[in-house]
Amino acid sequence: MTPALAVPTAVVDLLVPAPLSAAAVADRAVPTALVVVARQPLVTSPLVRHLAEQHDIDLTRVAGTGTGGAITRHDVENASRLAGGPLHRTNRPTSPRARRLATQLGVDLARIEHGSGPKGSIIGADVLARPRPDSKTPRPLQEVFASDLSPGRDPLRSADAATARTANMRRRTAALMARSKREIPHYFLSTEIDMSEAIGWVRDTNATRFVTERLLAAALLLRAVVIAALEVPETNGHWVDDEFRPASGVHLGVAVSMRGGGLIAPCIADAHTRSLDELMSALRDVVGRVRTGRLRSGDLVDPTITVTNLGDQGATAVFGVIYPPQVALAGFGKIVERPWAEHGLLGVRPIVVATVSADHRASDGQSGSRFLNRIDTHLQAPEKL
Amino acid sequence: MNAEQARAVIERVLSRIAPEVDLLAVDPTESLTDQLAINSMDQLNLVLGVHEETGVDIPERDYPKLASVEGFVTYLVARGA
Repeated sequence: MTPALAVPTAVVDLLVPAPLSAAAVADRAVPTALVVVARQPLVTSPLVRHLAEQHDIDLTRVAGTGTGGAITRHDVENASRLAGGPLHRTNRPTSPRARRLATQLGVDLARIEHGSGPKGSIIGADVLARPRPDSKTPRPLQEVFASDLSPGRDPLRSADAATARTANMRRRTAALMARSKREIPHYFLSTEIDMSEAIGWVRDTNATRFVTERLLAAALLLRAVVIAALEVPETNGHWVDDEFRPASGVHLGVAVSMRGGGLIAPCIADAHTRSLDELMSALRDVVGRVRTGRLRSGDLVDPTITVTNLGDQGATAVFGVIYPPQVALAGFGKIVERPWAEHGLLGVRPIVVATVSADHRASDGQSGSRFLNRIDTHLQAPEKL
Repeated sequence: MNAEQARAVIERVLSRIAPEVDLLAVDPTESLTDQLAINSMDQLNLVLGVHEETGVDIPERDYPKLASVEGFVTYLVARGA
């Protein structure tokens, strides 16, 4: 998958608490920036899992030394110590968020003298109020998640670091995609869509608009997918515990490739509640945040369906790999001029190949076809999008 | 705005949009799209960024004139930014 919006390397804004604990992420392998943890750690003991959760240790990052590579209690304690082990250093009651932030930001909990929570307990705000060891580049989460997502101004920027980051990201994408291909029985459909109406409408609309309010054809594609996903619910949701769980709204993942290599799919949450203009600005914002390295927690919620759009630099069609636990991925190639026959007449039209990769456990080709046909229909009436 | 100022604006905006780009390696007479894999979103952000710095609102029909750095510079100077 070589999606849409080529974007340079980026970093997750580490001041923002992750929406899910590392352990929850490991369990669900959420297809966002956090999917970095797709590798299933080998943990046999519930005690170890609990300990890891307490210390906010990402088990996928821990090398197991037990039998058959299993992660032991000792391994988790070691990892916690290396990460600054805040839990070891305070007896004060501490909220889970504070613990997580302390680990992420490298703050020593023992140095917080007064907690502002109930009964003097330490809460997130207390941790955030502490000066961080390195106020410019919050370290630990960078090590956890973003070692491969560094901003352009990363002081560590060097050929070696960049190569290592790229390799790291590549490995994680590889793990997730391998899992997808192993677990999900994909089927693939494609249809050619005449974009004359959509492009003409965007051109006319933009001609009357100030530069800050202009649309891209990509926004229309996203909007069409959002509506089609609501209309064909078996494409929108998650496959969990051997059953399909349809989602009531649409959280739209947008696959964005990094210039340095690697892939990130930030999420436009509640996309079904956003107008076309709002989707456009959400898209611009999220791409901008990937670029400047300031993804927010909202960008990292787990999408219910993902779109990959190769954009004007890409190939003409993409048959993508589904992000588990989602059940469908819509793809668009670049828009190209092609001969097009309609009503017995031949003309030249801008055409896009729309595809869907879908999970055969959740839907069949008929649903997938309906999904693509709905997208087509919506793109023929862009003024209604 | 003279050519030098226009060039400075474009380079500043470009480095914000694509921080990894080595501006010294960009051939100012060649297409930016070809050299930097600039896509439609980048193009929009480039025009937006230039608008923010100069107040010039560039209509879409003029985009072809902005293909290279030099083309962009000529355009901005001609618009009397």
